[in-house]
Amino acid sequence: MSEAVSLRAGIQPGEIQVSNVFKDYGDARFRTTVVKDCSFTIERSKLTVMIGPSGCGKSTLIRLLAGFERPDSGSILLNGAPVSGPARDRLVLFQESALFPWMTTWDNILYGPRARGEVTRETTEMAEFLLNKVGLKDFRRKYPMQLSGGMQRRAELARAMINNPAVMILDEPFRGLDAMTKELMWEYYSRLFEETRRTNFFVTTDIDEAIFLADRLFIMSNIPTQVRAALEIDIPRPRTQLALVENDRANEIKMQALSILHEEAMKSFSRGSKAAADFVEAYSKRVAKT
Amino acid sequence: MSAVVASAPAQALRPRPAAWRHPALRAVISIAVFLAFWELASRLKWPWIGQAPAPSVVLDAWVPLLRDQGYWYSWLQSSRRVVSGFVAAMLVGIPLGLAMATSRRFHDLTFPTFEILRPVPPLAWVPAAIIFWPTQELSIGFVIFLGAIYTIMLNVIGGARSIDVRYFQAARSMGSSNWDIFRRIILPGVLPSIVIGMEVGIGITWNVVVAAEMISGGGGAIQSRAGGGLGFFIWNSYIGGDYPLIVVGMISIGIAGWISSAVIRRLGILVTPWLRLR
Repeated sequence: MSEAVSLRAGIQPGEIQVSNVFKDYGDARFRTTVVKDCSFTIERSKLTVMIGPSGCGKSTLIRLLAGFERPDSGSILLNGAPVSGPARDRLVLFQESALFPWMTTWDNILYGPRARGEVTRETTEMAEFLLNKVGLKDFRRKYPMQLSGGMQRRAELARAMINNPAVMILDEPFRGLDAMTKELMWEYYSRLFEETRRTNFFVTTDIDEAIFLADRLFIMSNIPTQVRAALEIDIPRPRTQLALVENDRANEIKMQALSILHEEAMKSFSRGSKAAADFVEAYSKRVAKT
Repeated sequence: MSAVVASAPAQALRPRPAAWRHPALRAVISIAVFLAFWELASRLKWPWIGQAPAPSVVLDAWVPLLRDQGYWYSWLQSSRRVVSGFVAAMLVGIPLGLAMATSRRFHDLTFPTFEILRPVPPLAWVPAAIIFWPTQELSIGFVIFLGAIYTIMLNVIGGARSIDVRYFQAARSMGSSNWDIFRRIILPGVLPSIVIGMEVGIGITWNVVVAAEMISGGGGAIQSRAGGGLGFFIWNSYIGGDYPLIVVGMISIGIAGWISSAVIRRLGILVTPWLRLR
């Protein structure tokens, strides 16, 4: 691999500012406000994690940030310029693999450059480099269906990274992976972040995942969604799962986060939401464990 | 249902010789059992099925035909009609389906008409087709075309609509133009549905070609009693009262349809390599 290619090449981390955003769904008779007066900043070169009860409107926020939908009011700015429509500067990694099933790993990774007619020697070298980086060198000619869940997520990371987005948006990307693979992916993904220091926005419902990864942690309120609390996760990197278990600061943050989450979940529980009931149950188990 | 589920692990526990499991062998057994039952029923003059000529009698009628040029010409003629009508249906149906799936306006303007035309059976078109088209071949081709086009079109529309919306979002985010999305997302995404539409469609074309030939006649260049297309061959045998030959014609069509489907399935696997790995 040539030395000229580096993971940091061409990265210009962005900063997203969300101010007073509102988003409603439904018609005049049945209207639900999903996002209500929501404001936050996704800071440059930081890994910001957003956690909140399921159904709280996190995915809606992602669609707004990515530009798939527009807010009813309020503004979303990337580096000071308003976001209008999807673009390569804000790439999303979806919940389950959204690799194109009819393309090999290699073709998937090169999708962006080809779409923009930017296939040069540098991009091919970059693709090669990323393929190595995500450990899929021997799987370049395989179709997504031939890859394991963890490999698919890594291929998708590479497919996004080759486009050098200013911000990477990840919507519960490791959901559905088995516990072992998941923890490996946390380590792998945070190494990748530490190397690039690209602005990352990561949405999850898993508190352990959140604390393992985050520089900053947003805890979201129940629907309509707002940032309930923003915590600085000042635990040194690189982190390991083993060290975090014994880290007092980590446990402190976890308890703090859980108590807020519990409160929010109880609110939706009292409204009779099934998702919230599951959530409370799952988290009380976790609290009991720690 | 529960019995089927329960039998799976039981089989795993009790391994059988590998040859027994071979699908080709099972196919041979299936056909042999069917033929044996038929032969028996025919000879014992069982009700209903006893009316049909026994397989052995059919075979006796078939063997001399294998050296008859006219019989093979029938194969050729029917196949040619099926292929031309079918290709025309694809050439028209796939672009139309894609246009309907990608443009809401086009869909709303054209789909209702197709929904009204679709329930009209191809056979009902035969008289009209004979009047519309200058030659009999074109009339038959048109009826075959009608037999296949709706299935192909509906599959294309359904297939394009069922493409995961995240693929479009991802492609759009990475900078794809509309044309790029059409070429690299919609086309490959819809390909499996096109293959399914073709598989079902080719079966319908065989149903239709036979009926079309029966009604409109063999259409020129009949070199022997057996010429003029497989459908006409059956009709001719019926008029002549030759029951074994009717069955020969029926089986020939069955084989022709089976070969066509197999060819399309192979082609389908070839053009959708990513599905082979399931």
